[in-house]
Amino acid sequence: MIPRDSVGLVRTLEFRLAEPADGLPLDSGGKLSPVTLAYETYGTLSPEKDNAVLICHALSGSAHAAGYHSPDDAKPGWWETAIGPGKAFDTDTYFVICSNVIGGCSGSTGPGSIDPATGKPYGMRFPPVTIGDTVRAQKRLLDHLGIPRLLSVSGGSMGGMQVLEWMMAFPDSVASGIPIATTARLSAQGIAFDAVGREAIMTDPGWKGGDYYGDRGPASGLAIARMIGHITYLSDEAMHRKFGRRRRNGLANESALAKEFEVEGYLEQRGASFINRFDANSYLYITKAIDCYDPAQEHGSLVKAFARGKAKVLVISFSSDWLFPTYHSKEIVRALKANGIDCSFCEIQTSHGHDAFLLECPEQTELIRGFLRRVRREARA
Amino acid sequence: MPDPASPPVRPDHSAILDIVTPRSRVLDLGCGDGDLLRALREQKGIDGRGIDRDDRAVIACIGKGVPVYHGTILEGLSLYGDGEFDFVILSQTLQQTIEPDRVIADMLRVGRRGIVTFPNFGRWSLRIRFLLTGRLPSLHGGPWRWYETPDILRLSIADFRAYCARKGIAIIESRFLSPSGRCVPRFWANARASTGAFVIARRPG
Repeated sequence: MIPRDSVGLVRTLEFRLAEPADGLPLDSGGKLSPVTLAYETYGTLSPEKDNAVLICHALSGSAHAAGYHSPDDAKPGWWETAIGPGKAFDTDTYFVICSNVIGGCSGSTGPGSIDPATGKPYGMRFPPVTIGDTVRAQKRLLDHLGIPRLLSVSGGSMGGMQVLEWMMAFPDSVASGIPIATTARLSAQGIAFDAVGREAIMTDPGWKGGDYYGDRGPASGLAIARMIGHITYLSDEAMHRKFGRRRRNGLANESALAKEFEVEGYLEQRGASFINRFDANSYLYITKAIDCYDPAQEHGSLVKAFARGKAKVLVISFSSDWLFPTYHSKEIVRALKANGIDCSFCEIQTSHGHDAFLLECPEQTELIRGFLRRVRREARA
Repeated sequence: MPDPASPPVRPDHSAILDIVTPRSRVLDLGCGDGDLLRALREQKGIDGRGIDRDDRAVIACIGKGVPVYHGTILEGLSLYGDGEFDFVILSQTLQQTIEPDRVIADMLRVGRRGIVTFPNFGRWSLRIRFLLTGRLPSLHGGPWRWYETPDILRLSIADFRAYCARKGIAIIESRFLSPSGRCVPRFWANARASTGAFVIARRPG
């Protein structure tokens, strides 16, 4: 049964945004073509086209942010808690768009796509892609949808990086931005965790230099990468409350090294389910895009990076997020304020860690709802 | 959710609404639920910002469409450049600050004018109660005792005037309010007013 407050049945659409004659220019130089971007939309675009909100996903997300692909789907889209009728991004009011990233593996062009030059999957021959490349692709999608200006762009984690990039690259095309649990540059600690994940994949014999398509691929490497990721998305307190030192039934006497703790079982299950839906090479490319994102370096400073920005901003962080700690959000706020940009900031008190933005969070809902209502009122005035 | 009905206007808020000039830029330190900034926006067309350390207050502000920074006053003030605001407000907040001297100095850096309102500890009723009982009266006659009140400082109108004189801060305007919000004459204000409201500025040079 599909819940009443869901957008209901949806499907992922594809937009071919770059043909060989009109390739997508990449930050790494050169052009990529053809390029397909997977996306979904929820709600109705107003006749004035002034109610569009773009949602940007995090590392393991996809265009499927809300609703169900079939009535028997076990799980809805990844941000079902925030998108739908009466929710933070109220689909009765707003036209919500979510697009996959370039380099992804959920319908958009990425390392698993066919390289027209060889007729085989790109693998490691896929060019390095950046947050900026994805945002430029999203801009082409919005042009295609006939949306001149977004009412808002929002996302958590890597999605938040895309929000920042939108405000820097297309200041005239966004009325507001809501970056959540994010950073304008990953810390050494964050890069370190990503590096271990990539190492796990590339040292798996199944990886074969990235040319594993058709085989099993680096399944255990990808699973380990995902397990490491999940540790960083939670917090000490959240893990303690969720698992404590509880043991799984029936495993105590099996062997000295049995995965007897509940937390071990949880990580194992998370890793195992991830390998069925995610491509290891995409994991390499996307984590690299996250690690390399650094607009302060690109523009000289974060203050200069926002110099053209004019969108109103709501920055949200979570008190127990140690992967993207609050001080990262405050640096963003400081740089926005230095440019005289209208910017609000709230650190939500929670024990859920980085993943808090994906969970049911009444405070986050209230913040987003109030902020969007104001932005809409002021955009129409 | 519709906006909650506006509560009755706090006496010092009416004074501030009267003082602030239309369409000015205003920063409210310790803005609470954002009621003052919203009233200023609706009645004076100001462009307002708030700072508050309480997350529930910050969420309420954003619900009302009031831009706000979640953090301490000194941290929030440090985000702004010199003279960015026409008015910086400390409405019943001064007595809750840990470093009032730094707060006032920085509010006069980012604002051309400061508006400070605080409960006057010099009024007769409090003096007599202290004299007779030997115990510190609560500032608002509220339920808070000394060990649980957020009002950690006690100062009088005379104290504030002396402070301004010592620090070379100009008092542009002063108003003295009775508990019901009526203006109290200047004569013996320190003994008669329950709230002092001051418009202050840095002396040039």
